[in-house]
Amino acid sequence: MTGTPASQPRVVTRPSVGRPVPRLEDLPLLTGAGRYLDDIELPELLHCAFVRSPVAHARIERIDVEAARAMDGVHAVLTLADLMPKLTSGRMPLGASPIKGENSSTPFVLADREVAYVGEPIVLVVAHSRYLAEDAAAQVQVDFTPLPVASDARAAMAPDSPLVRTELKSNVLNSFKVGFGDVEAAFAGAAHVFSDVLSQHRGCGHSMEGRGVLAEIRPGDELCVWSSTQMPHDLYYMLQTMLGLDQDALRVVTPDVGGGFGPKYCLYPEEVALPAAARLLRRSLKWVEDRRETFISSIQERDQYWSVEVAVDAEARLLGIRGSLVHDQGAYAPKPVNLPYNGATAMSGPYILPAYSMDVHVVHTNKVPVSSVRGAGYPQAVFAMERTMDLIAAGMGLDRAEVRRRNLIPPEQMPYTKKLKARSGAAMVYDSGDYPASQREALAAAGWDDFPERQKRALAEGRYIGIGMANAVKGTGRGPFESGVVRVGQNGKVSIFTGAAAMGQGLATALAQICADQLAVPPEDVTVISGDTSKTPLGLGGFASRQLVTAGSSVHLAARAVAEKAIRAASSILEVDEDQLELREGHVHVRDGNRSLGLGEIARMLRGAPGYAFPAGVDPGLEASAQWRTDSLAYANACHVVEVEVEPTLGSVEITRYVALNDSGRMINPMIVEGQVQGGIVHGIGNALYEFMGYDDSCQPVTTTFQEYLLVTATELPRLETIFRETPSPKNPIGAKGVGETGTIPAAAAVISAVENALAPFGIRISQTPVPPQSLFRLIEAARQSQAGQPPRRKDLPDDQET
Amino acid sequence: MYEIELLINGRPFRGAAEARTTLADFLRHTLRLTGTHLGCEHGVCGACTVLVDGVSARSCLMLAVQADGAIVETVEGLAEHDGTLHPLQQAFRDAHGLQCGFCTPGMLMTLVELLRETPHPSEDEVRDAISGNICRCTGYQSIVDATLAVAGAAGTEGSEP
Repeated sequence: MTGTPASQPRVVTRPSVGRPVPRLEDLPLLTGAGRYLDDIELPELLHCAFVRSPVAHARIERIDVEAARAMDGVHAVLTLADLMPKLTSGRMPLGASPIKGENSSTPFVLADREVAYVGEPIVLVVAHSRYLAEDAAAQVQVDFTPLPVASDARAAMAPDSPLVRTELKSNVLNSFKVGFGDVEAAFAGAAHVFSDVLSQHRGCGHSMEGRGVLAEIRPGDELCVWSSTQMPHDLYYMLQTMLGLDQDALRVVTPDVGGGFGPKYCLYPEEVALPAAARLLRRSLKWVEDRRETFISSIQERDQYWSVEVAVDAEARLLGIRGSLVHDQGAYAPKPVNLPYNGATAMSGPYILPAYSMDVHVVHTNKVPVSSVRGAGYPQAVFAMERTMDLIAAGMGLDRAEVRRRNLIPPEQMPYTKKLKARSGAAMVYDSGDYPASQREALAAAGWDDFPERQKRALAEGRYIGIGMANAVKGTGRGPFESGVVRVGQNGKVSIFTGAAAMGQGLATALAQICADQLAVPPEDVTVISGDTSKTPLGLGGFASRQLVTAGSSVHLAARAVAEKAIRAASSILEVDEDQLELREGHVHVRDGNRSLGLGEIARMLRGAPGYAFPAGVDPGLEASAQWRTDSLAYANACHVVEVEVEPTLGSVEITRYVALNDSGRMINPMIVEGQVQGGIVHGIGNALYEFMGYDDSCQPVTTTFQEYLLVTATELPRLETIFRETPSPKNPIGAKGVGETGTIPAAAAVISAVENALAPFGIRISQTPVPPQSLFRLIEAARQSQAGQPPRRKDLPDDQET
Repeated sequence: MYEIELLINGRPFRGAAEARTTLADFLRHTLRLTGTHLGCEHGVCGACTVLVDGVSARSCLMLAVQADGAIVETVEGLAEHDGTLHPLQQAFRDAHGLQCGFCTPGMLMTLVELLRETPHPSEDEVRDAISGNICRCTGYQSIVDATLAVAGAAGTEGSEP
C-alpha cells in the first residue's frame, strides 16, 4: 500500500469490493442491445472479403483480378501493390514492441510474392455487400507454383528441411537457453533419473465473436478504426506508423468485444489492409471474420515438444531438470518469442528446483502463426512439470500428491525468488501464496485419500475410474502500467477512463467497484470508458491476466486522489478543517454538523468560471489520473483435482468430478472470479480431451468447422466445484492477482493425470494432449497387446505418439 | 429479390431479400435487429438461434424467404416494453450467466423454448437443451444455474415463465 492511514481521506462507505455485485455490462448484452463490431452500420458502408491462400507454401506467379473487378456491385479489388501508396511498409511491425528493427519474420499486409500458410491473405475485395464481396473473391485468379512445406517443427529444424519461407536461411527463428544451478552435478548425484517426451497440440482461441475491423472515413480526412481487439492502443500506435498518420488524424475504438482469449492480442494484416484501403478509396469499409477464417487465420497455440529429464534424491526431492523445448511458431512471428520463454521459465511452477537447463528452439512451420491462446505457454509448462511429478511418483512407488508436497515452496519462504528473470528483466519473485495449504485443501475437498479404496471397488465392477491433480503458478498483472483516470461529472456521477480493454470479462464492474469504495458512491453511479484512444491517451490492453491488477491499481489510486481533492476543496469552500470532514454517500459532510457538499457541486466549482473565486489550494477539475507502474508480477496459484471414468473399449473419458482451488489474491468481485475460473477450466478440458487443430502432411488444415474441431459443450461437464483462497498480493495497492488464465493452466495436466490413473491397470503413460477417444483407444490397444506379450508394431501406435 | 413479410416479436416487418439471404443476415442487416448473433455460420454454435413459429431454428441455416409469413421471436422481444427483464434474462444477470454476451441471445432463445415445453427441467435436461449452443466464456454452469433458478421460481409461484 502506498500512503499511510493517517494521510488517507476519511471515507465512510459500505464496501462493494469483495461482494458479488451484479455486472454493469449485462443489461444491453441481455436484451440484444450490445454493439459488437458487425452491429455497427454507417452510411454508404462497403463490405470486404479476403482472397486467402489455398496452399501452405507457394510462389505467387500472377494475380488476375480483372474478372472480379468487372462484377456488378464490386467497388474495388486490391492487391498489396494497390495499397502501397497508403502504406509506409508492406510488412507488419513486431507487435507490442517499440523496437523497430527485428521484423524479418512478421506477416505481410497482403502476400504478393509468396504464401507460407493456408489462409494467408492475398487480395482484398470491396463490394456493396459481403455476399457480393465473397462472390468476387471467388473470381480472383491466383497462379501458384507449389513449394515444399515444413509441417513438423522438429523436422523443420534440420539443415536440409524445406524452408517455410524462401527468404529464411533457417526455419529456426530463435534458440536460447533458460537455466540456473549446476545441472550436471544434480544428475551425477541423483538417486533416480526419469525422462519423458511430451507433445501438446495446437488449438484456437475461438472467442464466439471472431475478429473484425471497420475503417471509417470521417470529414476532414480523419480515420476512425473500430476493431474487435484486445489491444486498441497498440493498434493505434502501429497504424500511425504503418499509414504515416499524425496522432490526431486517427482514432481507434473497440466496440463490445465478444471474447478475446489471446488471439485478439495480436495485430493482424486485416487491421492494416482495411484502413489503408479505406484511405485509398475514401470510403468506409467493414470486414468481419467468419469462422472458417478464424480457423485459418487467427492465432493458434500450444504446439510444443518437450524432452524432459529429471533428477531426484532418494526422498523424491527435485535436484535438477534438463531438456529441450521445440516450439512450433507457425509461418510468421507477429510477436516476440514470449510464449516459449513463458513456458521455459514457468516449468518449475510452485516447486523448489535447485538446477535447471532448458534448450529452447523456436521453429517456423507452414501453419497459422502462433501467439497467445488463454494461458500463453503456461499450460504446456505445467503439463510438462506435472506429468513429470506423476512420473516420479510412479517410478518410486509414491503417492502423486506426496511427491508434490515434498517439493512445494513452503509459505515461510515467501517471497520466494526463482533464479530466473521475468520477460521485463526483473527477478522472478513469487510475492505470496501458500502452496502446500492450497494442495491440502483441494485434496481434502476432493477426497483424494479415500480414492484408492473407491477405485479398487470400481475396478472390481469392471469400471476404470481415476483421479488426477495438478498445481500451477501464474505470473499475473504484467506491467509496465495501465492507465486510470477518474473524473467526477457535473451531476456527481463518476467516470473512469482506462486503456484497459474490455472483452467480456467484467472489467467495467470490477473497476467501478474499486472506484466506488474510494468515493463513497454506489458502483452503479460509475461508468467505465475503455478501448477508445481519443478518450484515453495512454494504454496497453488485455493480456497476461493483467488488467484488474494494473488498471485496478491505477483506478484505486486515482479515485483516492479524487477523494482527497474533494475533501480539500470542501475544506476551502466550507472553511472547515479537513479533519472535520468525511466523504459519505457521494457528499463531503462536516462531521459535527449538517453542512455538506455533493461531489457534483464540488466538480462544478472546480471546473472554474470566469469572474468567480476558485477554491484555494486545489488544482482545477475534480479528477485525477494514475499510471500505477510495476515491473513485477503478482503470482496466482491453483490446484485442480479431477476424477474421471474411462471406457477402455471406446477410449472415451467422462469427467465425473472437478475440484479447483484458486488463489488470485484479494477478490474484487467473487462472482466474476468464479466465472473466470469456471470458463478457464472448461477451456483446459477442451485442450485435454477435445480441441485438436489438425493439419495433414502438406499443412492443409483438416479441422475448419465446429463439426471437426470440438469445443466442450454443457453435456460433457460435471458440476465444477471451486474453492477460493485469498492471499493478498503485497505488490499492488489492491492486493489482487489476475484470474483470467489460472483456470485453464493446470486443467489439461490434471485431466490427463486422472485418465492415466484410471488406466493404471494397463500401465499406460500419457504424454500428449489432447487425447480424443481415437488416440486413447490406440494407446489402450497397444498396451493390451504389449501385456499379452506381443510388442506393438510401429503402425499400431498412433501417429501423434511417434517422436 | 423477394418481398418478405413476417411478424417479429409481435410487430410486422417487411423487407426485400435475395433468395440466398439467410434469415440471420436479413434480421441483422436488412431489419437492423442485431441482437441475433452469428458465431459460426455453419449451424453448430447456436448463437443465431431464434424461434420461428415457436420452434428454435438456426437463423444462419435458414433462408429469409423460408420465413415469409412466419412468426419470429428474437432476443429483442424478451424484455417487457417498460424494460423489465424476462425472468431468464434476470436470472442470467443474477447468476452471472454471461460474460462477453455474444452467445447469450442464442442461449436465451433456446432456453425460452425449453421452459415453454418443460417448465421444470432437471439439470440434465437443461444441459441437453443447450448442448447445441457453444459458450467459450462461462463453462456453462452459471447458465445452467440461471435456468434452474427460473424453473424453480416458476414452480414456487405456480406460473410458467
